[in-house]
Order: sequence, then C-alpha cells, then structure tokens
Amino acid sequence: MTILIDKETRLIIQGITGNEGLFHAQRMLLSGTNIVAGVTPGKGGEWVLNGKIPVFDTVHSAVETTGGNASLIFVPLHAAADAILEAIDSQILLIVCVTEGIPIYDMMMVKSYLSKKLSRLIGPNSPGLLSPGESNVGIIPNDIVKPGNIGLVSRSGTLTYEVMAVLNQNNLGVSTCVGIGGDPILGSGFLEILELFEEDPHTDQVILVGEIGGRDEEIAADFISKKMTKPVVAYVAGITAPPGRRMGHAGAIIEGRAGSAQEKINTFKNLGIKVATYPEEIPALLK
Amino acid sequence: MKLHEYQSKQIFSKFGIPVPRGRVASSSASVKQIAEELGSKVVVKAQVLSVGRGKAGGVRLADTPETAETLATQIMGMTINNLPVYKVLVDEAINIQKELYLGIAIDRVNSLPVIIASAQGGIDIEEIAQNSPEKIIKINIPLLLGLREYQIRSLALTTDLPKNYWRLFMAIANGLWQIFKQYDATLVEINPLVISGDSRLLALDGKIELDDNALFRHPDLVELRDLDMEDPIEIEARKYGLTYIRMNGDVGCMVNGAGLAMTTMDMIQLFGSEPANFLDIGGGAGAEKVAAAFRLILSDSKVKSVLINIFGGITRCDEVAKGIIKALDKIKPQIPIILRLEGNNAKEGHELLARAKLNVVDSFNEAAKLAVESVHKA
Repeated sequence: MTILIDKETRLIIQGITGNEGLFHAQRMLLSGTNIVAGVTPGKGGEWVLNGKIPVFDTVHSAVETTGGNASLIFVPLHAAADAILEAIDSQILLIVCVTEGIPIYDMMMVKSYLSKKLSRLIGPNSPGLLSPGESNVGIIPNDIVKPGNIGLVSRSGTLTYEVMAVLNQNNLGVSTCVGIGGDPILGSGFLEILELFEEDPHTDQVILVGEIGGRDEEIAADFISKKMTKPVVAYVAGITAPPGRRMGHAGAIIEGRAGSAQEKINTFKNLGIKVATYPEEIPALLK
Repeated sequence: MKLHEYQSKQIFSKFGIPVPRGRVASSSASVKQIAEELGSKVVVKAQVLSVGRGKAGGVRLADTPETAETLATQIMGMTINNLPVYKVLVDEAINIQKELYLGIAIDRVNSLPVIIASAQGGIDIEEIAQNSPEKIIKINIPLLLGLREYQIRSLALTTDLPKNYWRLFMAIANGLWQIFKQYDATLVEINPLVISGDSRLLALDGKIELDDNALFRHPDLVELRDLDMEDPIEIEARKYGLTYIRMNGDVGCMVNGAGLAMTTMDMIQLFGSEPANFLDIGGGAGAEKVAAAFRLILSDSKVKSVLINIFGGITRCDEVAKGIIKALDKIKPQIPIILRLEGNNAKEGHELLARAKLNVVDSFNEAAKLAVESVHKA
C-alpha cells in the first residue's frame, strides 16, 4: 500500500531522550509505528517510554541488538550532520532527518558521502513520512487523513497537513505522504519520491506540493512529462514572495531570476501537468 | 547574511586577493581626507546591500578630494531601493583594460559548490548567462578534494586570460575557495575582476553572502551584520524567534509554518488585495508568542485587517485558541481580525473562540476572502 515505510519498518530514533524525541516517540508508538530502539550518546542502557524502548549509545549497537532498518533523527543541529553520517555508516537504509538549521556546507558533505552508499536520506528539515494505518515516521499528525491511493510529496509541513485535510474532506485517502524538507540541500528531491510512487502498485495518482527556490520542481516536471504514467497534480506556494528573501524555509528563496513560483507553475503547465491555484482546488483536478 | 563591499574586500585582502587601495567612511570630511591620502582620482561608492546602486547614481568618480567630498555628501543622503546610504567606500580609481567575472556559489541541483568564471564582467552574471552563455564556464568543486589547480587552469583558458596572469589568477581563485569554505559562505563573488592599465589583476568589486544556519560557529562574522540595512520590525521579530518579512499590502497575516504562510499570502492576493507581511509563528503558538506576533503586525500602520491561519497538526487547536484569546485580550486590536483554525481539536477551538466573540471562519478560502473584504469596508 505504501512507499518507504510500512508495518515492517523497524524504527530507531536518534535523539530519543530529548523533549521532541520523547514526545513524538510516544505519539508514533500510539499510532502503531514499530519503534525498536533509541540512540542517545551517553545514555546507553536506559529505557524510555515506560520501559518499552531500549536506549543505546551508538546507532551501530542499536542495529546489532534490535535489527532496526530505519532511523529518525531529532538530534540538535550542531550534531545532526554527524548523526546522519553515523546512520549511513551503520547501513541504515532509510534515514529521516527532522532537524532544521543544519549548515549548507555540512549537508553538501553528507550528500557527497551519501552518493557512494546505499542509504536513502529524507530531509533535513523534513516533517517525515506517513503511511496512514501502517507507519508514521516523523512529526506528521497521523489522524487527519485516511489510507488511500494518492501519493503526496511536499517541501512543507503544515501546508501538507492542509492538503491532507482537504483530501479527507473530499473522502480521498493517501498511500504515503513524504515531506522532503524545506532546506536547499536535501537527501531526496521530488524526483526520487516520484520514481517510487510511479513503481508503487497501490498509488494511482500523485500530488506534488512545491514552493519557491531551487529547481527541484522543474526537474520533477521533466520526469513527470517524460517518464510517469500516473497523473500528477501540482501546487506551488509563494507567488507573492519577493525575490532575494528567505521565506521561513532555508531553501525558499528566489535567487536572481531563478526559483520563482510563476516560473515553476509555467514549467508544469507547459508540460501539460495540472496546477492547482489554491489547496482546496486540488481534489477537483484529481482523476 | 550579506556583507558590504568594503567588508568583503577586507576579507579578500586577508586571503591574498588584491583589491584597490581604499577605505570606508561615514562622513564627507573623512572622504576628503582619504582621497587626499590616496593622492589619485578616486571612486566614491555607496555601501548599501542592494543591487542597482550604480544605476541609482551611488558610484561616482572624483578628480579631486574636494569633488569626492561633495559627491560623498550627495551619496550619503541617498536611499537606494528603500535602503539608506550611511557609508561610502573610497577607492583609488582604476584604469580598466579588461573585465572578468569570478565567483563561487551553491549549486543546489548537484549539491556542491560551483566556481563560475566569465570573460565578460562588470554586469550581472545572470544577464551574461542569458545573453552570452558561451562566455561562462561553471565547474563543480568536489568537497572531498577541494578546488584543484587543473580546474582553475580550465577557467583561465576559457576566459581567454593572458598566460602571464595565470599564476595570480590561481591565487585569487584559491583565496575565494578558502573564504567560501572557512566562512561558510553561500556566495563569494568578484565582479568585475579586472586587468588594470598598469597590468595588475585585482578585485574591483566584491560580494560575500554567508549561510545564516552556520553563523553559530562564526560569532566574529555575526558582528559584521549591518542592522541599518534591515527593517526594524524584522529585527524585533528575530528576538522572539519569529520570521517576519514586510510586504507592501494591507492585510496582515499570522500563520504557523512557512509553506502555509506563503500560501496564505498568495490567497490574499488571489482574492484581490495584497499581504502586508509574511509571518511564521512556528509550532506551539502560546499566548506570549501570539501577542508578540500581533504587536509586530500592528506596528505596520498600513495593516487594515489581520488573517490568522493556524493548522493544528500536533499542536491542538483549543490550545492555540486559548493563546489567541489571551493575546487579543491584552493587545485589543482596533481592526478586524479573521480567524481560521483547522486540524487537531478544531471544534473545541472554534467553541472557545466563538464564546470570546471572535470571528471564526471554517474554510481557508472564506477566511482569505473575508480578510480582503474587511479591508475594502474599512
């Protein structure tokens, strides 16, 4: 029914003993996510969440003992790049980084290293993933949308929840929702997630929620028009955003002439891809 | 964070990149003195973090120290793209033989730094890219290797740089790369890099932009921030950990999440008005944060109505509603406030707001429409 995460996902949470880590671990556990371990350097041997989840000092030891195959990172920004590298080196296949504010240089380093490895990174500055009824990895609320056949991929957080709520009101459900993150350098772009949705037998159509900055939407548009058989509806936020200003997300900036919402919308439309003017219009454009 | 030309050139000097002799000044009297010291024709350049200062008359050539003083007085009274000019850079005037472009930026598509050179300089690099893309060469810098000499030779060759300047060009490119790496820059740019009449290769203008997310490891660079170049409301917002960006419209907005905040602005425009600001209050949205956000929005006198758009994901809407009621009670705004609360516990939130006699709207579209209409009524 899903991409990237499902009931088989055995999740490790890096930074599980912090406020955010604990809060979301508790929440994810209640929504059925199979959390097998936490990692906090110096706190190995402790147990959290009423003694249900063991804490390890390193990702490597957590994997060895529990067989974890995915990792979610809540580590503070000074240590977050290191946490991603540790997960890569522990052969974790899916790494999701929620942490916001990692320096660009550090992320370019991480990506250079990642390109030679098998791990897939989602984020940083990502709200995570949700396969309703299956697994919830990150901070996306699990109860605002039901399972269905629509794949949702987005650079945003609350805007994605807004889209999910609109789908729910129209009695539509989601296979998997992926928040790729709001940073300029991301582990996975729209392209990589669209490839997965295209292959997933339970996803029939896809919603792409983009915003100003970078060329990720343009690259996605090219792939959709050339390679995808499934219909895609796009929405791009930031038509009113002024050039040269970072609109909240580190990656949301129109640089010179590149990255404006209008340019992205034109690219989609010129390639015959439907673009919603506002979120509530999306259901009408779906098949 | 953007640095001024004079700050960038000081850093260039530190890294062995030749720049014209010159100094920054904030009074016309000291401009005269600097010009006298330089003992040559000088260029007086407005130090303002905006493009188009040349076209606005912010860069002028002066034959004598007296002219430099007069011009400085004019320039320091100017406003360029809404930014005041408080400082000028006084540089020795350079006789230009050839202008090139050399810069390092972030290539988001390849997730690597990219060094860019062009045989044509002195104008906007994007203009060159559009009009004569064949004149531009771009090379990605592999992070694990750094900038290599063979790459720099390719740049020199493509830009037709005479071979007697190659050694110096190599040092300049390396200097730029060191600055980019050591300062966590997102852009270091020499435009133009010139060959002077007396056969020197030097940076006539310079631009450095730093990664805001990396400033925590460069406390010395944070001090270079020029608050005169920023909107006072934006400076105030930063103190509360809020991101506020001033716009030109009359509908204020307060939203949780950057993407939703942009969409809210777009919707205000779609329904016939313009947003007064971008404001992301983030998660949580307790009374104190909401109150601070209100004060920021209302300090802009153009604002005639305020749209609050909150999507309660993890945060419960009733908690947010309590924060809003408390904040409004404290601030007592005299203009229409339109609220829209959706998501987790929305019903409970709506009940609380209705009891406090606040205007709650169910749909996003309706809320945006109402916020715009109430401006036209006001």
